[in-house]
Amino acid sequence: MMTDIFSRNIAGMTDKLSRSVVAVAGCGGIGSNAAVSLVRAGLGKIIIADMDIIEVSNLNRQYYFTDEIGSKKVFTLKSRLNSINADCETVAYHKELVREDVKTLFGSADILIEAFDKAESKQWLIEEWSSLYPDKPVISGNGLSGYGDFESIKIRKMGNIYFCGDGVTTQEIGLCSARVAIISNMQANLAIELLMKLK
Amino acid sequence: MDTVNVNGNIIEWKENMTVQDVLTAMKYTFKLLIVKVNGELVRRDQYDSYKVPCKSEIDVIHLMSGG
Repeated sequence: MMTDIFSRNIAGMTDKLSRSVVAVAGCGGIGSNAAVSLVRAGLGKIIIADMDIIEVSNLNRQYYFTDEIGSKKVFTLKSRLNSINADCETVAYHKELVREDVKTLFGSADILIEAFDKAESKQWLIEEWSSLYPDKPVISGNGLSGYGDFESIKIRKMGNIYFCGDGVTTQEIGLCSARVAIISNMQANLAIELLMKLK
Repeated sequence: MDTVNVNGNIIEWKENMTVQDVLTAMKYTFKLLIVKVNGELVRRDQYDSYKVPCKSEIDVIHLMSGG
C-alpha cells in the first residue's frame, strides 16, 4: 500500500519522511492544508491539536466539508489523514493549547508547524518551542490574508525559526482560499525540505 | 559611533540599552513580535531586562494574525 501511494515520490524521500514526526499546532486554514500535504508526502507520524469545531465560515479555506460542520476539527482531520494514508500515525488532541503543552504534546516532533490564527498565540508558541528546542525548526505562517500580491510572499529565516508569508497582511482584510493554501503549503514544503536534510 | 543593526537599520547604541529601548528607538509599538539578538531568542517578558551588547545584530519580526 505504502509503495503504491508513494510510487511518484522523489527517490529517498519516502524512507526519510516515514521516519519523521511533525507537530501541527492548530487545524484551521494553515494546519488542515499543511497536514494533508505532509501526509500525502509520506510523513511517518503527525501530531495535530486544535480546540475548535468546524463552522460554515471555515469552508472558504479550510480542508473541511459541509457535512462536517459542527464536528471537532482535530478528529475530522485525523479521519481525513487516515483516509489518505492509514500507515501514517496520527495523534490528535482536542484542547486549548497552553505553553506547557508544547513539551508534553509536541516534544517528540522533529519540526513544529505553527498554524494558529491569533498573533498572540503565535508569539507564545514560537517563543516556547524555540526556548525548549533551539535546534529544532518551527515554521510559522505570517501574513497570508487577502488575495494576489504573490511577489510579496517569501520565507524569512531567523535561525531555526522560519516565517512563511508576506509578513504584513492581517485577517481583518479577509482570508481567501488560494493565498492561505499557498502559504500553508509553503510551510509543508519547507518542512519536507528540512526533514530531507535532517534525516 | 557605537551602533546596533536592527533589521538592516543602523541605530546608535547606548550604555545599558535594553531590547525595549531598541524597539522604542525603532518606533516598533506593535507588541506581538519575535526578537533575536545575535541569534539568541529574547522572550517578550525579557524585553525590559535584556541588555543589548554594542554591535549587536538584532532581528525583529512582526507577527500577523490569520490562519
